[in-house]
Amino acid sequence: MTNTLADKDRIFTNLYGFQDWGLKAAQQRGDWDDTKSLIARGHDNIIEEVKASGLRGRGGAGFPTGLKWSFMPKESKDGRPSFLVINADESEPGSCKDREIIRHDPHKLIEGALVAGYAMRARAAYIYIRGEYIREAETLQAAIDEAYDAGLIGKNASKSGYDFDVFLHRGAGAYICGEETAMIESLEGKKGQPRLKPPFPAGAGLYGCPTTVNNVESIAVVPTILRRGASWFASFGRENNKGTKLFQISGHVNKPCVVEEALSIPFSELIEKHCGGIIGGKDNLLAVIPGGSSVPLVPAEQIWDAPMDFDGLKDLGSGLGTAGVIVMDKSTDIVRAISRLSYFYKHESCGQCTPCREGTGWMWRMMERLRTGDAAIEEIDMLQQVTKQVEGHTICALGDAAAWPIQGLIRHFRPELERRIEEHNAKFAEAAE
Amino acid sequence: MPKVTVDGQELEVPEGATVLQACELAGKEIPRFCYHERLSIAGNCRMCLVEVKPGPPKPQASCALPATEGQEIRTDSEMVKTAREGVMEFLLINHPLDCPICDQGGECDLQDQSVAYGRGATRYEENKRAVTEKYMGPLIKTVMTRCIHCTRCVRFSEEIAGVDEIGAVGRGEDMQITTYLEQAAEHELSANVIDLCPVGALTSRPYAFEARPWELKKTLSIDVSDAVGANIRLDSRGREVMRALPRVNDAVNEEWLSDKGRYMVDGLSKRRLDKVFMRKRGKLQAASWDEAFKAIAKAKPGKSVAAIAGDMVDCETMFAAKALLKACGSNLIEGRQTGMDYDVSNLAAVNFNSTFEGLEQAVAILIVGSHIRWEAPLVNVRIRKAVKRGAKVFVVGPQWDTTYPATFLGNDLSVLNDLPGEVAEAFKGAERGAVIVGGGALKGAHAKALALASEWGADFNVLHFSAARMGGLMLGFAQKGGMADIVAAKPKVVFSLGADEMDFEPFADALKVYIGHHGDRGAHAADIILPAASYAEKDGTYVNTEGRVQFAEKAVFAPGDAREDWTILRALADALKVEVGFDSFAQLQSAMIAEVPALGEEGLADYGALPKPDANAKAEGTMSAYPIKDFYLTNPIARASEVMQRCSSELLHGGELAEAAE
Repeated sequence: MTNTLADKDRIFTNLYGFQDWGLKAAQQRGDWDDTKSLIARGHDNIIEEVKASGLRGRGGAGFPTGLKWSFMPKESKDGRPSFLVINADESEPGSCKDREIIRHDPHKLIEGALVAGYAMRARAAYIYIRGEYIREAETLQAAIDEAYDAGLIGKNASKSGYDFDVFLHRGAGAYICGEETAMIESLEGKKGQPRLKPPFPAGAGLYGCPTTVNNVESIAVVPTILRRGASWFASFGRENNKGTKLFQISGHVNKPCVVEEALSIPFSELIEKHCGGIIGGKDNLLAVIPGGSSVPLVPAEQIWDAPMDFDGLKDLGSGLGTAGVIVMDKSTDIVRAISRLSYFYKHESCGQCTPCREGTGWMWRMMERLRTGDAAIEEIDMLQQVTKQVEGHTICALGDAAAWPIQGLIRHFRPELERRIEEHNAKFAEAAE
Repeated sequence: MPKVTVDGQELEVPEGATVLQACELAGKEIPRFCYHERLSIAGNCRMCLVEVKPGPPKPQASCALPATEGQEIRTDSEMVKTAREGVMEFLLINHPLDCPICDQGGECDLQDQSVAYGRGATRYEENKRAVTEKYMGPLIKTVMTRCIHCTRCVRFSEEIAGVDEIGAVGRGEDMQITTYLEQAAEHELSANVIDLCPVGALTSRPYAFEARPWELKKTLSIDVSDAVGANIRLDSRGREVMRALPRVNDAVNEEWLSDKGRYMVDGLSKRRLDKVFMRKRGKLQAASWDEAFKAIAKAKPGKSVAAIAGDMVDCETMFAAKALLKACGSNLIEGRQTGMDYDVSNLAAVNFNSTFEGLEQAVAILIVGSHIRWEAPLVNVRIRKAVKRGAKVFVVGPQWDTTYPATFLGNDLSVLNDLPGEVAEAFKGAERGAVIVGGGALKGAHAKALALASEWGADFNVLHFSAARMGGLMLGFAQKGGMADIVAAKPKVVFSLGADEMDFEPFADALKVYIGHHGDRGAHAADIILPAASYAEKDGTYVNTEGRVQFAEKAVFAPGDAREDWTILRALADALKVEVGFDSFAQLQSAMIAEVPALGEEGLADYGALPKPDANAKAEGTMSAYPIKDFYLTNPIARASEVMQRCSSELLHGGELAEAAE
């Protein structure tokens, strides 16, 4: 296991905004330092380096970033350009890392866009930013303008001889637009609804052109990985879960925070070192949702020593997701908490495909009844079946994301659900007598 | 040709086929709601899930998945069964259980498929969703609570009709299908969404609560509202035609039908001529057949008799009339009631030679004097398809709202003599081009258009808009000078075979006998009215504007004293004491086929080669307006139809919404 990440190994050195976000300050922190030479390494070298670093997508699914880039066409046979789309539609409950990057370290993202865009032979990058991020969008746009003015992007970007544009596009507040193909639809000016795959975006994405959609964090770490080397990045974390990661801890901890840490850090260490521990101490911990709202919760006893990485949490039947760690102590009404998440998914379902459109509403309504216990014991099994009917039957992963939290709840807190039902029914049985 | 295995059965499927198509080729039924052969793939209903290896360990939407070499597809596994049950359950939880009062009942995809693929009982105990009704015009009745959001209607409007009128607003379970600002769907193909809707969300407003599908007699017929000859099915109960539905014929109407063809059928039972009438002291009064025949015989026409064919008569009627006149010694027959006199010495020169299917392949299209959306809406659909494939379209004539990008070259037909460079350029490089001349421009531009088509090597097409036109021309219903020749001959007796658009004024001195089915302009002008049968009430042959010979069957009996047209003409022969040589419909048909063999064979008639173009031809004249003034009221049946009248006033003339008045 790793020790706490040393300050010298932090990628996001202005995560808390103690310094200015502007170009000058960013350059002093090392951004845009001889970007030309990074680009001079060549398309494939960059991709190889990223592959070697073991970087997995930071948006939630954890797909190897370098591999994803390598799906992009090496040359355009029919004249279609390629595009990089950067997903800054950070809407997952519990996640708040991209926001910190954008408002305090926007140049890391823009430089990353150039380098990554160059590596995958993209003509331009579109940054799709969440509609609610108003100040963040302003900052990012200002940073993009600065970069244009300094010749870092645009024609002959950073004097590398490569032309590369960066466009900022603001969303309109739909969670589903964080799904890569829905984002592409939205960018094209259509209603944000996921597309059928195949064709995958790498074949036909934005405006029918080859497109890669990456998370903000995945892109922003790339220049640093190239500067310090793949082996440096790979030295953090366990096998297959390499590198550093922004963890966002919220909920019942003494000091909620966003912090960059090495992957695979044990949960206990993350909480004790950076968050001042659980409110009321370790014994007061009830459960944790370790990766943003769409992953199943993990009860206290299982999470405490677990390594916070993709595989470690998968072994617990959950996932790292965006590493938006939601900590819940024993004061939490856990059923209500999950029911609230169900409401979120019901509200955010795009309505395109049947299981999610109809299932999310049904699941939420049942969760609301389970919250008060106004149900029958058998309905817990029925709810479980309904989640299974949604999971894996939809066009995009929102259906899965809506099903998992409920599955996690039933898996770990079935006694609590049954207790409520019995209590409720007993009360009404009494009244009826 | 990839090889796949479907439920253990190995088969080769065509390149580019989907898994769903592969399963169908293997004879497996795949339930579906959103998938439709003629629309883009949406993949949103999730009903067509199948198990596919190799692939992720979850069921795949077969409609959207390409079939690839070596796929192992299972449609009968436990996973597929559960998946279908699950999706069906979701579709039903918010679908009202109102089948007993739903017009889709009996022909509802959801009903059928829930029986076949659903769970027996519901587990849903929450409240069902209710959705407010949307107003979609006088033809489409909406019960949006029943909507399962398959988006077929949305895709039809966008892709086939080319109007962005229907869409989905809202998100998740609050998503609703609606028209833009809840205005009526205002195009000539709007009612096709009723057929497409797999549930009872969009049903037919005029047909609401009229009949159940299983109590209807289904008769194969041909639409006579325009010259496309769309293949239709007439559903009748007793003596009434309840509705017309399109049949599938890829060569003609694919599976669409114009709103007029579909909804003028209520006119079949209104303003009907069901008695013989004679004008006595300036007033039309009921009379008997005998009286009428006597009066006609009394006029002693000899060979001074003429016959004018209307727009909706079948070839048999026209042939019977021709035979009658021939027996009298006259050849004064004409079908072009409005006075057109184009040259018909070569029928290829007045035919739609591209064929509708071929028109889709055209890369450059020049439309001369035709408002295609109104004259033949289904041809416009084909042009739209061609444009989607990259065709360039140019139009000579007043502006109309095409559903595709088109360049209008002005109202002056003489622009054909000196076309802008881009037109010639588009045609010169085109593998296949098409010149379409509308009825309105035949006078001024026929010869020039022929010359242009031949110069460019493009197909030459004439787009007629009467169902009887090509059949009439094949039977010789054309005088050299058109109607003017008939007028000049000063006939003593004029038979109008359902001709309502002609000018009766010049025949003031003649005995005007109207043989038709509706009390329209022709009947108003007539001295004697002999009630006849409409297209639904007789067997008959029709030839569409492509020269496609098609046969329609009799669906119901004509009302009252009305008789099939040929029997009236046969009886007239006796009254006039001449011999026509047939006593039965079969004899009449064989006599007709003996004279014009092409009419005996269903399919495209062969008119031979186009005439040699006149290189010096010049186009002249201006088109200030198109012949069709009101799409919904072009023929006597449509004019009698309340539905068509309402469409006309509401959709074209901005009339009060019928609902607002209630």
